[in-house]
Amino acid sequence: MTEILKVQGLRKAFGGVVVANGIDFSLSKGAMHCLIGPNGAGKSSFFRLLLGEHAPDAGTITFDGSDITGLRSFQRIRRGISVKFQVPGIFKALSVRQNLEVAFQDHLHGHSLSATIREMLDFTDLRAEEMTPAGILSHGQQQWLEIAMAVGVEPKLLLLDEPTAGMSPDETRKTGEMLHELNGRGITILAVEHDMAFVEQIAKRVTVLHFGSIFAEGTITEIIDHPGVQEIYLGTADV
Amino acid sequence: MTLNTTDTVPRSRARRLFSRLEGPQTMGSGPAFWTVAALVLGVAAAYPLIADAWTVGNAAYFLIWTFMAMGLGVVWGYAGALSFGQTAFFGLAGYAYGVITINLGTAYGLTIVALLLSVAIGGLFALVIGYFMFYGRIQGVFIGIVTLSVTLVLETFMAQTAGPQWRIGEARLNGFNGMSGMPPLTLPWFGGDIVLYPGPPLYYLLLGLVVICYLGLRILLNSPFGNVLVAIRENPHRVGMLGYDVRLYQMLAFGIGGAFAALSGALYTAWGQYITPSSMGLTSAALPIVWVAVGGRRDITATLIGTLVVLAGFQTLTIYGSQYALVVMGALLLVTVLAAPQGLIVGAMTLLGRLFQRSKT
Ligand SMILES: Nc1ncnc2c1ncn2[C@@H]1O[C@H](COP(=O)(O)OP(=O)(O)OP(=O)(O)O)[C@@H](O)[C@H]1O
Ligand SMILES: [Mg+2]
Repeated sequence: MTEILKVQGLRKAFGGVVVANGIDFSLSKGAMHCLIGPNGAGKSSFFRLLLGEHAPDAGTITFDGSDITGLRSFQRIRRGISVKFQVPGIFKALSVRQNLEVAFQDHLHGHSLSATIREMLDFTDLRAEEMTPAGILSHGQQQWLEIAMAVGVEPKLLLLDEPTAGMSPDETRKTGEMLHELNGRGITILAVEHDMAFVEQIAKRVTVLHFGSIFAEGTITEIIDHPGVQEIYLGTADV
Repeated sequence: MTLNTTDTVPRSRARRLFSRLEGPQTMGSGPAFWTVAALVLGVAAAYPLIADAWTVGNAAYFLIWTFMAMGLGVVWGYAGALSFGQTAFFGLAGYAYGVITINLGTAYGLTIVALLLSVAIGGLFALVIGYFMFYGRIQGVFIGIVTLSVTLVLETFMAQTAGPQWRIGEARLNGFNGMSGMPPLTLPWFGGDIVLYPGPPLYYLLLGLVVICYLGLRILLNSPFGNVLVAIRENPHRVGMLGYDVRLYQMLAFGIGGAFAALSGALYTAWGQYITPSSMGLTSAALPIVWVAVGGRRDITATLIGTLVVLAGFQTLTIYGSQYALVVMGALLLVTVLAAPQGLIVGAMTLLGRLFQRSKT
């Protein structure tokens, strides 16, 4: 299988805090992969490094065959990376429709733009909220809206930072189904998640991050049975 | 078949353009709104028939400022960057108009060329300032500080150009007293040039320009470009993470705002045939913020109406003393910020819209 993402020797420190301590990581095309780890392990920082929000102290990031380490954030997005942040990053004063327009209008125009918006409104069950300011949606709906914004551009790689945070079990399960559908369309997905039930629902392979380093990597059962992982994370996690 | 496609493509493009006269970024839509707008325009067009030439020239003076206000509306209200120094582009364009026309004269419609050049100079200067600000990661309140500094530096610089060595060709910059004696706008015409002194012909030219700029901005703001601007105002980080070069958009919006301020500056200089450094001073720099804030910065219609209303009110008050008028302006700004932060006109229009909705149901 070909790799869509390859990270080599990625290092980043803020003063004394090492958020990435020589990370080697790769992701094959079409994968649905989860990143777990205790609070402060460096999961969100790893995403920010991938997105170019932090410049690494050392290491390289290769995406879809080319080195993107020196590119600015918006250029990386244009290459086909898309992201949903841990804190919902939507335009609260704008309507749901406008949020989607801003997300898609650069790639789509005219009829294909309105068709995709309609499709995404159905996909996320936000049809009735089309003209509602995004800021007054429920937390779960805001998460979905942001997922829709992230997937509507048809990225090659979708980064999701805690996509189910604050969702009810029902919403969480539905989100999992959405992700399976997106993955079925060929989008590679890398998700940070705390909810192990959700991780089991979506991921075949899991990477555990601890103190900015990769602590373990394997199938979901391997990770759950891993004694070290239980000690640092699963035993103490509030799942 | 071929004929059909070549025919419909431009037509549908024009239709899409005009459909953007209405949209989420601008208040007012539907036949009722456009009927009222046409009526207002009709009254404005008939105004010179009932008023004397001096009053009409004075009304033209009000129209001149609306361009700077609408430009600030784009930069501040839509793109979310509070510029405190639109007068820098206003003043620069005013001086540019003076220097160019004094050197080139009025023949062959050269004053119109001078007007366009002045707008280009002001707009380019704004792009340069915008480049250094936005690519230098200056944000929030610091944009206000930088832009205010720019306009005050220009004011100070122009105020010390009294000596005879400060001349560009024929044009003396004249220091604190400012430059005067430049010709008004002059339209070449068959039976002889039309000189646009303050009066009905200038009024009509300005009214036409206001309509063009207002409608053009409505189309721009409801376009994908306008969508990105308001998104940047709401959450610039997310916009970057959707693949947009946020700084480029901010710089372009700032350039547009600067060009509009420059249009005001050049027209102002042509109208009164003078421009002084104080047009870039602190008081001058603060006034556009009051106009735009009071009317409503997040809607171009509110900005336009608010500016005209506040200007007319300001002039009425000035009869009782200009210091007094400034205090009232400050109080007005305070009341707006406290009582209707989205602006008085926007507040009133929202209320009207709600009443209208209710009466329909
Ligand atoms: N810009 C920064 N400057 C200094 N320290 C930072 C910065 N960003 C993150 N950190 C620190 O780096 C560590 C890793 O943070 P990060 O947000 O990546 O963790 P995380 O694994 O996403 O945690 P969580 O599960 O709580 O979201 C934390 O200790 C955090 O305080
Ligand atoms: Mg995190």
